[in-house]
Amino acid sequence: MSLSTTASERRPSAAHELLGYHPPGGNQRLRWALADALTLTRRDMLVWLRVPSFIVFTIVQPVMFVLLFRYVFGGAIKVDVKGGYVNFLMPGIIGQSAAFASFGTAIALAREMQKGIIDRFRSMPMARSAVLVGRLLADTVRLTATVVVLAAVGYAVGFRFENGVLPAIAMLALGVALGVSICCVAGWIGLLVRDEESVGSVGLIWLFPLTFVSSAFVQVQSMPGWLQAFANNQPVTIVMDEMRALALGGPLVTHGWESALWLVGITAVFGYLAVKAYRRP
Amino acid sequence: MSPPTITDTVAGVTSAAWNGPAIVVEGLTKSFGDVHALRGVDFEVPRGTVLGVLGPNGAGKTTAVRVLTTLLQPDGGKALVEGRDVVHQPDAVRAIIGLAGQSAAIQEELTGRENLEIIGRLYHLPKAAARTRAAELLERFNLTDAADRPAKTFSGGMQRRLDLASSLVARPAVLFLDEPTTGLDPRSRIGMWEVIRDLVSTGTTLLLTTQYLDEADELADQIIVIDHGRVIAGGTAEELKDMVGGDVVEFIVPDDDRLDDAAQAVAGLSDAAPSVDRGAGQIAVRVGGKGSSAVIQAVRQLDAAGIVTDGLTLRRPSLDDVFLSLTGHSAEDGDALPANRHPRSTDHVA
Ligand SMILES: Nc1ncnc2c1ncn2[C@@H]1O[C@H](COP(=O)(O)OP(=O)(O)O)[C@@H](O)[C@H]1O
Ligand SMILES: [Mg+2]
Repeated sequence: MSLSTTASERRPSAAHELLGYHPPGGNQRLRWALADALTLTRRDMLVWLRVPSFIVFTIVQPVMFVLLFRYVFGGAIKVDVKGGYVNFLMPGIIGQSAAFASFGTAIALAREMQKGIIDRFRSMPMARSAVLVGRLLADTVRLTATVVVLAAVGYAVGFRFENGVLPAIAMLALGVALGVSICCVAGWIGLLVRDEESVGSVGLIWLFPLTFVSSAFVQVQSMPGWLQAFANNQPVTIVMDEMRALALGGPLVTHGWESALWLVGITAVFGYLAVKAYRRP
Repeated sequence: MSPPTITDTVAGVTSAAWNGPAIVVEGLTKSFGDVHALRGVDFEVPRGTVLGVLGPNGAGKTTAVRVLTTLLQPDGGKALVEGRDVVHQPDAVRAIIGLAGQSAAIQEELTGRENLEIIGRLYHLPKAAARTRAAELLERFNLTDAADRPAKTFSGGMQRRLDLASSLVARPAVLFLDEPTTGLDPRSRIGMWEVIRDLVSTGTTLLLTTQYLDEADELADQIIVIDHGRVIAGGTAEELKDMVGGDVVEFIVPDDDRLDDAAQAVAGLSDAAPSVDRGAGQIAVRVGGKGSSAVIQAVRQLDAAGIVTDGLTLRRPSLDDVFLSLTGHSAEDGDALPANRHPRSTDHVA
């Protein structure tokens, strides 16, 4: 059977012949789900390459944050960390930038919902997880770019990894993982709210307290007591302290399993909720 | 590409055994809170035919399409597409349908070609096959010249055609088009009609929704009229138009004294007597399906009788007329467009 002939057009039931459609068995189903996800990952990345503002949000804005905190606020913020504020700042700002990258996820999914693109996908014999998984894979690439560029810029402004190469890589990976888990939450919101503008304006407002009331930019001890209670026990602080320990040396084990648990937990719970929201009519 | 295994068993249903209509809908209901979008809808679409679902805004057209394309769970009733139950065998239904929704569901940053290739890949076509299929569809929908431009540079009509092409990538046996020309200017609309007509000539079963009687008339073999979630009439376009008396020739006679002479002059155009509105000085004659030939005849007769007229027009029955005669109320309680007027845009068929 040649696909380029139009003869089969005349046969109304050609579709499943063409597709060889039969209920996929477990293995086949999994392979298709992965193939669908990868197709959409490629699509998402292709879209980014066409959007000039992509580079601004992915690279320029986080770099500006680094420069602002390093040179404008940095002088006023006291920390007791080897290498001074820039060493304290970089792990924090890498995590914060990774978390804020989730705006892109939420807005893109809301837009696809709004424009009916996801309706088309849902009317096709496609894995339900493909849109989300595909986007999270693309987001992982995007987050990796952000994190690596930030580390390089950090080096240019005086930041140093003090704890060896492998922990340094682990720190960057943890930043990406934090970003991915927040992308799951944002993705869920985007698929639920389904309106690009609401998502962009209020849908992710919680990200500000979550990232700023943490150890990202200042030591938690400098906050009022009632804020410390929140700051000390929320996942962003826990992950950031872990990132800082990896970058600068220090007790790894205190937060290691806690970070892992939070990240896996958030990703699993909100990934599940997001797939459910995708299926919701 | 090695030929895919041909199988007739789809999710437990032997499709070869299905000899019934391509679409069967029985007692379909769906509510959103207090809003009863579908209140027991029944219809069938024989294989290879076109059903026009005609109704004003909010009638339940989109809801019906969403149920049939597995996007929405109905509250009650049954819906089969090629014998496959949309509720219990959604994947089997998805394998054989195409959907173009009310807005163009295309990725604007990507080119027309990329849009189609991605859909092909999502149907698990091998890369080369997806590419061939995309090229084929671009050619067929007159998009080859623009194929490698980002879709956001396309006109509204081109975007709609790309969207339609996307729904055809897997050669669906049953196609659903939800208001395919809403928002297009008249020229793009006619272009779209040609494309759709060409499509159904290849044997695809089509369900299309519209707010325009003339569109249903152009494209559909059978029409159902829905209002507030119910089918209130059904038949061919001719039958519906006959129900409202067909086309109407209307004109104004400025000279009141000649009104009766004018009515006399055009009386031969129709079995029904012309209606005379003395206040407005207007005469209306129902001329059935005779359309423009009736206009010519009217002009000749009036001219022969030496009667001067003003604004002689042929009015074709609209959805509004159908509604008026079926329900006694106009199609709209408010917000929709009058059915005989089309939204304007600056779009053109490329
Ligand atoms: N998701 C929804 N939630 C609440 N009401 C809805 C929803 N979808 C449709 N409706 C309502 O159901 C009715 C039918 O809508 P719809 O099927 O979109 O009509 P049409 O497509 O004919 O314009 C309308 O009153 C509409 O407001
Ligand atoms: Mg609608």
